[in-house]
This record gives sequence, C-alpha cells and structure tokens, in this order.
Amino acid sequence: MAVPIHLAYVDGPTPGWSDALIAGVADVFPNPIRAFSAPVDLTPCFVPSRQQHHATLVLAALLRHRPDASSKILGIVPVDLFIPVLTFVFGQAQLDGPGAVVSTYRLRSEFYGLAEDEGVLVERAIKECVHELGHAFGLVHCDFYDCVMHASSTVDEVDVKGAAFCGHCVSVLEGKGWE
Amino acid sequence: MTERCILIVDDELSVRSSLEEWFREDGFRVETAEDGQAALRAMDRGPFDIILLDLKMPGMDGITVQKRVREIDPAATIIILTAYASVQTAVEALKLGAFDYVTKPVDPDDLSNLVRNALQTRALAEENVRLKEKVSELAAIAPIVGVSARMEHVLEMIRTVAETDSSVVIRGESGTGKELVARAIHAQSRRRYFPLVAVNSGSIPESLLESELFGHEKGAYTGAQYRRKGKIELANGGTLFLDEIGDITPKMQIGLLRVLETHRFTRLGGNQEIASDFRLICATHKNLEKLVEEEVFREDLFYRINVFSIQVPPLRERPEDILPLSRFFVEKYARAMGKPIRAVSPEAEAALLAHRWPGNVRELENAIERAMVVGKGPALDARDLPLAAQSDAAGEPQARSLAALEKDHVARVLRDCSGNVTQAAKVLGIDRATLYNKLKRYGLRR
Repeated sequence: MAVPIHLAYVDGPTPGWSDALIAGVADVFPNPIRAFSAPVDLTPCFVPSRQQHHATLVLAALLRHRPDASSKILGIVPVDLFIPVLTFVFGQAQLDGPGAVVSTYRLRSEFYGLAEDEGVLVERAIKECVHELGHAFGLVHCDFYDCVMHASSTVDEVDVKGAAFCGHCVSVLEGKGWE
Repeated sequence: MTERCILIVDDELSVRSSLEEWFREDGFRVETAEDGQAALRAMDRGPFDIILLDLKMPGMDGITVQKRVREIDPAATIIILTAYASVQTAVEALKLGAFDYVTKPVDPDDLSNLVRNALQTRALAEENVRLKEKVSELAAIAPIVGVSARMEHVLEMIRTVAETDSSVVIRGESGTGKELVARAIHAQSRRRYFPLVAVNSGSIPESLLESELFGHEKGAYTGAQYRRKGKIELANGGTLFLDEIGDITPKMQIGLLRVLETHRFTRLGGNQEIASDFRLICATHKNLEKLVEEEVFREDLFYRINVFSIQVPPLRERPEDILPLSRFFVEKYARAMGKPIRAVSPEAEAALLAHRWPGNVRELENAIERAMVVGKGPALDARDLPLAAQSDAAGEPQARSLAALEKDHVARVLRDCSGNVTQAAKVLGIDRATLYNKLKRYGLRR
C-alpha cells in the first residue's frame, strides 16, 4: 500500500481552494491524500526580532500531529517562514523523512503588490507542495528547469517550472519503491 | 556526475543544521564543524567544493581558520558568512583569497547564485589546469636527441637557463639545431603557456624587419592598410627568438637595444608607447665577439643579449650522436610516410658514421628523409643515402687526420663490399683480424 499523505492546514480553517490543491497534488502522487485542519500552536515558533516563524520549529510542532507513523505530513501555513542564515524560505522538508511544510505567505500575488489571484496562488501552492513532498520522498533538487524539483529562490522561478516530476526524478522515486 | 561536497563551519547549531538541510536538498554531501579545530579535522574528509566559513567563532577565528584551511587545500573555495557588523573583517578575508562573503541573513536567491558562481569558477579553474597540462603535452617540443657528453652538457645548460628570465645567445654552425634549443628553453620556462615568436633576422630585409618586429599603424607607409602588431608585441608574456642576430643592421641594433632596455616600443607610424614583457633568446652562427671587434655589432647590445651563452657543437664533433639521431629520423619519417622501415642497415650506419656532415643535423635529417622516400625496407639501406656524391662534391675543405681518413676509407670499402669483411680486407690489403680491430676502434659496423 502506498504511503498516505496528510495535508495539514495550520493556523486557520481549511481554505476554499483545498480541493484544487488536493487535485493538483494527486495528479503527481498516486498515494492516498487526506486534508485536515491541524491545531498546531505556532506561537513558540515566532521570532519577534525577525517577525517571522522558524520553519524548523514549525515542522517539529507539525510532526506531533501526524496521524500515523507510516505517513507523510505536509503542513500548509499562511505565515512567513525562515531558517537561520536565510531571509525566508518557501518551505522546508526532512529529506527522505516524514514531514514537510510550505508557506503560502510569499506565494500570494498581494505580497508583491499585485491584485489577489487565487488561481495563481493555487498553482504555486501545488508546485511547492509537490516539491517539498518530493524531498520528503527522498528527491534532491533537479537541474532540469521544467521539473518541479528544480530549486526556486524566487516566486518567478516557481512560476517558470512545471508541476510534475521529470523522467529522471520519476526513475529515482521508482528506485525507492514509489508506485 | 560526482557528488558535490560542502563544509559548513559555524558555531551556531541552528545555522549549521538549517544550512545542512538546505544544501542536502540541493544534492550536496554536507559536513559540518562547530569551530576551527573541528573544521581542520573535517578537511581530512575533503576535498570540498565549497567551504562556508563563519568569521566570528569562539577559539580560532574565521580568518585564522581560512589561513590554516588554505595550507591544507590551496585551491579551496571559501565563502565567508558574516554579520553586518564584521564586514571589515570579511573584506580582510577576501584579500586573503576568499571567493566572496554573505551577510547573515542572506537571501536564498543570493546564496543560490553565489554557490552556483563558486562552483562554476572552481570548475573553470580545474578545467584550466587540465587544459594547461594538455597544452603542455601537445606543445611538447621535438626532443633533442643526443647521447654525447657535449650534448648532455647542452641539455644541462638548457635546464639551468630555462628557470631564469635571462637573455640567451645560442651559438653554433648552421643546421645544429639552435632553434630546437630555443624552443626547449621556452618549453621548460615559466613562460611556456605564452607564445614563442620566432623571427629570422637574416632572411628579412631591414625595411621589412623593422615592421615585422615593431608592427605598424594604418598608413605608416605605402601599403600599410591596416594596423599590424609586431613580433615583439605578439611575444608579450612569452619568448622572442631572434635567429641570425649577427646579421641585423646597425639601425636595427639601436632599435632593438632600446626595446631590451625598457621593454617598451612604438609601432611604426605610431605615437603610443606599448609595453611588452618578453624573454629574448638569440641565435647566430657568427662569432659575435669578432663582429664587436670589427665594430659591425654594437658592444652594448652584445652585453645586453649575451647574458647566457650556449654553444651547440657541430655533428662531426659528436659522432656518437649520429646513429641515435639517424634512428630517430627513420622512426619519424616512417610514421609520417607510413613506411615499414624501422631500422638502419649496418652498411648505412657505416656510411652515416663516415660522412662529415658539414650541414650538421639538418643535413642528416634531409639525407634520412630522402633515403626514406626511395627506400623499400625493411631497413634503411646505404644505397639510398645520397652521401657519396655529396661528399665528393663538397670535397675535403679542411685538413684531416690520418685516422679520420682511414676511418672514412674503411667505411667506404666495407660499404662497397656490402659488409663482407673478407672481401673488404682483401681490397684494403690487410687481414681480417686487422680489419675487425679497425672496425672496433672506429665504431664501425658491418
């Protein structure tokens, strides 16, 4: 049986675009996918000096809400995430591990002074969720520009790449027993 | 593709772990170290493509760690992590050879670009080293073949002078291989990755030689339609080889002396002074001291160029080199012509040894080349060598010892008798034992 994937909405109710997100992730991952609202307290993860949330602490808090030991959990948070040294991150994952987290904070058009656009947000969120889940399933960054595992440091790079794995990354996943 | 490796040196655990995770996702093998001592120990697990080094650490500071790391791996690509407050120290690190620095916290895009640039720069540097080695192999000069003590001495002098930047005068008769010696010096010098520019001063009229050496601007003279760089300019970084230096005119001598003193010159028709850093090697078959005495050659120029002098002996003064040279040329032309000739017959060897070689190695090479053209193999035959006619035509210009004449005569008779010692002894009017003794004494073969 394929490893179940839990999409956990943190710090808020399940958004209206959840079905679109699940559909997008399901296009890539044939695993069973379930979405739920996780009651994770993000207060201890907030760093006042940076006015951001520490991604590693968020991930650790999220993992305590993983429904079962054999699944992968992906947290989706509306807050801005960072790791020390870097100014921000779109997300973070445990390489070949159980958890990952994605921030929608900088995926929103409003962050860049543009009008709200849910379609763009969902498209970006799907790519980042698939990307971080790819790490959780053991994939590293890919040099192929169109592959969803291509590293993205800016939202433009997120927009440029595709939402699916390239042939190489698929073969790596298959080598790890991915069905 | 080989795995890329990175070493992260920072005293803060959160920085190490977050960067470790970041770079692992990027496909790196990541090593971490919490201080300078741990970093130096980690170097045993290298080499690392990139070393990310925090400047402010307890104990050994980042600058000291950088110096120690460089001692272990001089080619290490080090990126400095620093806070805004310590930018001045980061600049110091750059002066010590760090690739770049980033201030914490760094934008992910900046870090990605920095790492990508560092990897590309390192890859280019490594490729550059590989290409230089390849160029060195490809540009390997034709070997100087010689087993005689005199040529051993020449080779030793080449090795000695190649390490310096001094001017060299190579002396020797025409055809002794003076340019080969110049190329050997250049190939072993630190200038070997730059060009060796050769100019035959004797074969170019003065009016053209000036333009050839100094170059000219457009319109400098009738027919100068374009600006043209001269040989001196082209030799920048490398070696300028002036063959037949004894043949240049007094006017050219003055011009050349000025360039040698300042390493600056102007193109013909130009005003702008141009600098050129070149090493000068000259060659001549003339007696420069005598030319100075006769006031044909400037004394100041003579002392400027004659810092080091190498005398290439004529072939007749090193007969033990004739056969090794002959075999070398046979192999060379067998390869070039695709001929199955790989050896020299005893008769041909005797003929080669008996010849005086007034044209030196060049004449020997020409003789072998012609013999290889007409020869059928499997060995180079004496009949194919154009030596007898040449010797007759050349006559005997110098008084020779009886022993030399006897050697030539014995070799010739032996050749005429197709190496048959009994028959040759009969022609010479001596017994076979005496002939064998003479063959041994003169190094002749049947």
